[in-house]
Parts: sequence; structure tokens; C-alpha cells
Amino acid sequence: MSARGGVGLPDQAALDVLCPMHARMDRQGRIVHAGPMLAKLDKGCGLAGRRFLEVFEVRRPRIHDRVEALIGRGPARLRLRLRQPPGTGLKGVLVPVQGGAVVNLSFGIALQEAVRDFALTAGDFASTDLAIEMLYLIEAKSAAMEASRKLNLRLQGARIAAEEKAFTDTLTGLGNRRALEPVLTRLIDTESDFALLNLDLDFFKAVNDTLGHAAGDHVLRLAARIMQDETRESDRVLRLGGDEFVVILQGPGVGARVDDIATRLIARLRAPMIWEGRTCSISASIGVSLSRDYLVQEAGAMIAAMMEDADRALYAAKALGRGRHVINDPAGGVGPMAG
Amino acid sequence: MQGLVNRAVERFVRDTYGRTTWLEIMRGLDLGFSEFEAMLNYDPDITPRLLMAVAVALDRPETDILEDIGTYLVSHPNAAAVRRLLRFGGDTFEEVLHSLEDLPGRAALAVPDLSLPPMDVSEQAGGLFCLRIGTRDRPGQGYGHLAVGLFRALADDYGALVMLDHKGAEAGTEHVQIEFLSADHAEGRRFSLGAAG
Repeated sequence: MSARGGVGLPDQAALDVLCPMHARMDRQGRIVHAGPMLAKLDKGCGLAGRRFLEVFEVRRPRIHDRVEALIGRGPARLRLRLRQPPGTGLKGVLVPVQGGAVVNLSFGIALQEAVRDFALTAGDFASTDLAIEMLYLIEAKSAAMEASRKLNLRLQGARIAAEEKAFTDTLTGLGNRRALEPVLTRLIDTESDFALLNLDLDFFKAVNDTLGHAAGDHVLRLAARIMQDETRESDRVLRLGGDEFVVILQGPGVGARVDDIATRLIARLRAPMIWEGRTCSISASIGVSLSRDYLVQEAGAMIAAMMEDADRALYAAKALGRGRHVINDPAGGVGPMAG
Repeated sequence: MQGLVNRAVERFVRDTYGRTTWLEIMRGLDLGFSEFEAMLNYDPDITPRLLMAVAVALDRPETDILEDIGTYLVSHPNAAAVRRLLRFGGDTFEEVLHSLEDLPGRAALAVPDLSLPPMDVSEQAGGLFCLRIGTRDRPGQGYGHLAVGLFRALADDYGALVMLDHKGAEAGTEHVQIEFLSADHAEGRRFSLGAAG
């Protein structure tokens, strides 16, 4: 060790093997020698003879481009950047030595890009350098991660398909009873205005009993299509089971649409349906509850109340002689409406 | 991570003999699915059953199938990642041979559940290597045959000339003899550290 922190150096050839990415500079900050790997960073121009700060920008510590500020101090950790493209970031350590300083550099986290940008091979790195292990790890982990990502995508797809299946009535393709609560909960939680139509097919049992299940299934499919035709895309039609359906109308002015839609639904469902040359005659009764008649409350309680009121309205409609719709009267009791 | 192993067998069969052959094999095994997921765990008993079924379907000895799978893993474009990871073992084929003992550790770094049988390599006379795979407690399970195909293809990849010979198994340990004849017999395939996509 000499006075100003300078240390004696191993000979140049040894240093090239031990630290292939080092540079040696004189007191004026001129590069006297570049290790074999560092030399690869400069595509062809040659580093020897150039000013260190002309090749590298020292980002930390702040030295305002005064190399003496570096060499004058003791050993220093550096963050640098290659001035020429691709502007690779580098980590380094500078040690003052007799006649100047030695800087040893490494790519740090930019390793993968640097290996590509400068076409480095395993032989370029010092044999003690963990760079190759790191590159190996990056590739191995990326491959494993990619396989996991694909698996996740497939599982996600399978989950969505299973969920759709679980919420779908296989006969009609409509949503089923399981879909009812999520649909209503979403509407209630977003404080949307909607109408809940509880719809029962009248005389359906007679079709099933006299013409058989195949005819019944045919009628259910036709009825489902009619309900979808008569409602908007933002509305929902669900089949709860048997001949029980629920139509959920939503959007502004839903209260005004209810009468019109219920009337049209019943009229179309009343029209004779043909199955294998035979006529199936059904009709429909509808009980309605309107969300605007309820105080904002927890979704589960509101669903229960609306379903109960729509049910009661449905029975009132049936009591009136079927083929009608009745809207629940919040003022108490059920107000009969013409069907 | 038995999924990765089963998936390798699947990719080999599908890429070499076609999907129809694969689906027939899977139907015969009656596992309830037709494809393996690399990142899922399966009952370890499935792998030997699968290999036996593949051997029967292709009407070839199981040891040949394993050898072909080894070759496939290094040389088929669909398994390019495996080849790259193996090439990280060293700049020359000889270095790779010397680094074989690291292979189970390297594999575990990538996929912790993948447990390869222990292996060690010793250089006997000049250019004659002996690879031992498996122990009494953790037998080689045919990995020795896979290694024969794999290192033959890897030697090609490096442009080296080697002779490989499976010398049989003894108390769970498979012996593979590798005779290293020439390091630069032919032009190898290019490999660059940073080429991965």
C-alpha cells in the first residue's frame, strides 16, 4: 500500500484472467488497458487511449465529469452507463493504484440483454463469475413460468366453462336457478332499477301428459325463444325449473315497459305451437315486483322480499283466470291488472 | 413433478408418431384424460405404465424408447428449451460431462419438484468416462437409457465424437460408459447464451 491508497497490482495477464472486465487508467483518467471482456463492449473502436469518462457516464457518485474526484478518493462503488448505444447499465468498483486507478465492472441486472447485445460466451466471463448460473436460472425459471402460465390459462378456461355450465339450463340454453341470485345481487348492489317477472306456463302439464316429454321439451324451447325475442339484450331470462321462468327487465323506464312486455309475452305464448303436426296450446301467468318499490337494503333480504311479492302476484294472476299479469302493489295487497 | 416427465414422453410420441398413436395409447391406459400437464403432479406409478404402453404400441423394447426420448429432448425443435439448458453445462462436451453431477441440482433449481436420480461421473482412463445413475434407495428407473440417447445427441450438438454404451444395472445403479474420441469431429450446432426468446 502506498500513501494515497494505491495498491500494488498483479501483473496484467493475471488481471485479464481474474477480472476480464476491468479497465486500468492513468491519473488523467485515460484508459491504459482494457480487459478482454470489457474490450468487447466497444465495437471495434478500441478503448485504450480514450478518456474513461468519454466511454462511460458515471451516474453515481456524482462527480460532474471530473475524474480526479474519483481517483483522488479511496475505493468507490460506481454506477455507470455506456455512452454509446445500447447505453448498457453497469456496476463497478474503482480502486486507486499507483499511477492511476483500476475499475472492475459487471452488468448487474442488465446481464441478459448485455450477453445478447455483445454476443458474449461462457468463456468471456471469469470462471468464478456466477453470471452463467444466473443466465441458466433466468431461462429455466422463464420456461417453468411459461408452462405454469399456460396451465393457468387452461385451468381458467375450464373453470369458466364449468361455471357457465353450472349456471346454464341445458334444455333451453337460458340461465338456471343458480344464476338468479348473482344476477339480482349485481343489480341491487349497483342500485339499478329493474322488474322481476315470475312467469309460469299455463296448461304445460297437459301438453306433457297428453303428447309426451318430447313435446313438452319442444314447447319449453319455443317459450324460451319467445321470451328472449321479446326482451332486450340487457334483460335476462332464466328458467328456474319445470315450467317456471323468471324475466328480469332492467334499464331506465322499466316500470313503464312492464305492462307492454308482459302483455306481448302472454299473447305470443298463447299462440298455438306445432309439434310433429299436432297443436300444443299453452298460455302464461306473470307476477311482477318492481325494485323501485323497495327500500335499499342488503341484497339477500331484498331478493327474498321481491321473489315473495312476485310469487304472490303470480298466484293472484292465476286466481284471476290465467293468461294475465299482476304487478305487486307495495301499498299492501295485490293490485289486479288486465292481462 | 412427474407431469414434466410424462409430458416429455407425450411430446416425443406425438411429435414422432402422431396424435392418433398417442390418443390410442392414452385410451388403453384409461386414465380419464388424454394429455399430461407439465406443471401438475401425477401418481408416480403412471410413468412406468405409460412407458410400457408406449413400448407395446410401437412394438419396440422400452429401453429403445427411452433412448429415443433422450435424443428427442436434445434434437427436436419442440424441446429447444431442454437443449439450451443442457448447453449451459459447459462450452465443450467434455465440460458438460464433468458437470453432470450438477445436473440434478440444476434441474431442481428450475423445477423444485422434479427429482432426478443422483448421478456421478468418473474419468477412468484417458477419454473413458463412467456415468452412474441411481442408488439402491433411489434407483435409476431407466434414466440410464435416456442418458445414452441424450448424450449421443448432445455430443452431436457440440460436434464431438463419442461412443455410448449402457452397461446394465446393479443394485439400483445404472452404468453408462462414455468413450470420448474427439472434441471437434464435426461442426457443432451454434449456441449463444443470449439467444433465448
